[in-house]
Amino acid sequence: MAITVPEPSPPRPAPQPRRVEPGLEPSDRWFQAGSTAIGWSVLVITGAVGVFLGVQSVPTLRHYGLNFFTTVEWNPQFDRIGIAAVLLGTVEVAFVAMVVAFPLALGFALFISDYAPRWAKGWLVSAIDLMAAVPSIIYGLWGFYLLKPHAINLSRWLSQHFGWFPLFHVNTDPNAAVWQQSQYTSSAFIAGLAVSMMAIPLACAVMRAVFDQAPIGEREAALALGGTRWGVIRKVVLPFGKGGIIGGSMLALGRALGETAAVAIILSPAYLLSPRILQSGAQTTSALIAGNFGSATRSQLSALLTAGFVLFLITLAVNSTAAFVISRSRSGASTEI
Amino acid sequence: MTTTTVHAPATGRPAPRAQTRRAPRRIRVLTFDDWMSLGGSLLSSLALVVVVYEHLVDGSGTLGFLVVWYLTFLAIYAGVVAMSNPRPIVVDRLVTTALWAISGVVVFALSTTLVYTLARGWQAFTHLNFFTRTMAGVSPTAPLTQGGILHAIVGTFIEVGIAVLISVPLGIGTAVYMAETAGRGPRFVRTVVEAMTALPEILAGLFVYALLIIHGFPKSGMAAAIAMAVTMTPIVARAGEVSLRVVPGGLREASYALGASRFRTVRKVVLPSAKAGLATATILGVARGVGETAVVLIASGASTFMAINPVKNPMNSLPLFIFTAVKTGEPLQIQRAFGAASVLLAIVLALFVAARVFSRDKAGNR
Repeated sequence: MAITVPEPSPPRPAPQPRRVEPGLEPSDRWFQAGSTAIGWSVLVITGAVGVFLGVQSVPTLRHYGLNFFTTVEWNPQFDRIGIAAVLLGTVEVAFVAMVVAFPLALGFALFISDYAPRWAKGWLVSAIDLMAAVPSIIYGLWGFYLLKPHAINLSRWLSQHFGWFPLFHVNTDPNAAVWQQSQYTSSAFIAGLAVSMMAIPLACAVMRAVFDQAPIGEREAALALGGTRWGVIRKVVLPFGKGGIIGGSMLALGRALGETAAVAIILSPAYLLSPRILQSGAQTTSALIAGNFGSATRSQLSALLTAGFVLFLITLAVNSTAAFVISRSRSGASTEI
Repeated sequence: MTTTTVHAPATGRPAPRAQTRRAPRRIRVLTFDDWMSLGGSLLSSLALVVVVYEHLVDGSGTLGFLVVWYLTFLAIYAGVVAMSNPRPIVVDRLVTTALWAISGVVVFALSTTLVYTLARGWQAFTHLNFFTRTMAGVSPTAPLTQGGILHAIVGTFIEVGIAVLISVPLGIGTAVYMAETAGRGPRFVRTVVEAMTALPEILAGLFVYALLIIHGFPKSGMAAAIAMAVTMTPIVARAGEVSLRVVPGGLREASYALGASRFRTVRKVVLPSAKAGLATATILGVARGVGETAVVLIASGASTFMAINPVKNPMNSLPLFIFTAVKTGEPLQIQRAFGAASVLLAIVLALFVAARVFSRDKAGNR
């Protein structure tokens, strides 16, 4: 039998690995494209808000130039329009709101995450959610009719004892036997108190979510070393939740800067560059727009839209920074169960 | 806190020694001693403040009294605790009382808001016409037996309904994109969505004004609904994403292992599993939309009559009715405003309870 030696076959191409990644099915390709399009539509909307407001503000900015940012009064009859006073008023109201809201939100968030009895925790979380769901106009009513009569006593006390400080000065005699209550009623301070009710739940919800994620191992380690609960908070929870604290507060600040209805109910409009937050009369950007929109002529409308554009840029900057800080702070955002 | 492993727990019978040594240190239990120092400090500070503040200094106002009482309490309590405890424990106790006080203030503020609104709205509620009539042809000074807020209630429902039709598909679609796609794109979108949740509502109104109304679109319920959808979409998207993320990854992988495509997995596995969470997200969005004032003010404007057609006439809504009624300063209009505020609050509370019930179902199913 002849042994047939197999003829050397022509060299085969080196084996290629099988393609493991199959192409997407048609339905998946559509799904991918569709969900991406919808997801990016939110970006498109955000951009469109900016673009449309920006386009509308071109005539105003061309007409007034940089004076639009430095003029104090809002006086369309004499063609003197500017947002210096309203920007200051916006900042004042937001400042008061944050000074009140920050400690309350932080304290409440810590209370929920670390101190509350276990049965109360669910209820307190619900309370925060409910507080966020209550419409701002209702906080406006609350601030105007219930809070104001009590808060003016506080205003008066502050101006009596700290009147030398420009923020707390009021242009009237705080020590008079019959004190002029009307000088205190519609101030940036009281508007800020009402706005703080809207800022608290926003900030608190973010902070609580981050505090709850503080690693349990580190908490228990701190306790095992003999730490008190406050020790655990100071050394574990607060350092871990720093991003959430900053981000949540800034998100609340963005909300406070743009709050409209409650502020428009409480404040009596005044266009002044004054630091006196306890004195009646101030104006914020959003309340200015809400108050003058109905009766505005075409050119005034453009001016109001410009004010809105400025407000948009400010709040977008604040909110985006906040969102960025928050997203950095929860690095393990995806929870795989 | 102070209870160390050596002591038996304050309540209950003392456990055998061997077990006690292994029991974890109780950090939430107050001993008899702790309760006494707390109660004693409260009482003694109250007595001191009543004597000094009320009778000697002649202080004014309940608010001042409470603040002074609290500060006195803190001082006395710190002293009492310091008598038998080291410094870290004193600090811990003071922080504890401060956090209890802060939480009390927040809960108190929230409950006064709810109670006060409902209490003052009660007067308007006693007139049936308040719910069945509109304000058309009724002067603001007319008594409560005339006119009503039916137009505002109907307007609110129509506007929010249209806004839901727009924002829920958009919001849940965005949530799917953020939760089911990996990479840099979804992360960026998530940041923007988070920023948009705090977008001032008045800017959404101005946006629709600059987009549509300037070009001839009528000021109407439709315009208000579109603006509302702009603010509601990010809220639905963010809350929806959270609920999609808690769908166990194992379910997805099981679906892939059976050969399902990604679209089919999302449609048949992920979305049905997250149904309750998505319903909650929708309700959260609706609760936000229902309360928006400035949006309706700018995109629609107030009216006193009933408007059913969303693209024709200005359509009022409850928040805007409250706003304009309060702005008139008429006592009767203010009563109506509180009546409308109570209706609005009742709607929000009902939505809130619904959201709770839905999310509890979700917890029970898993």
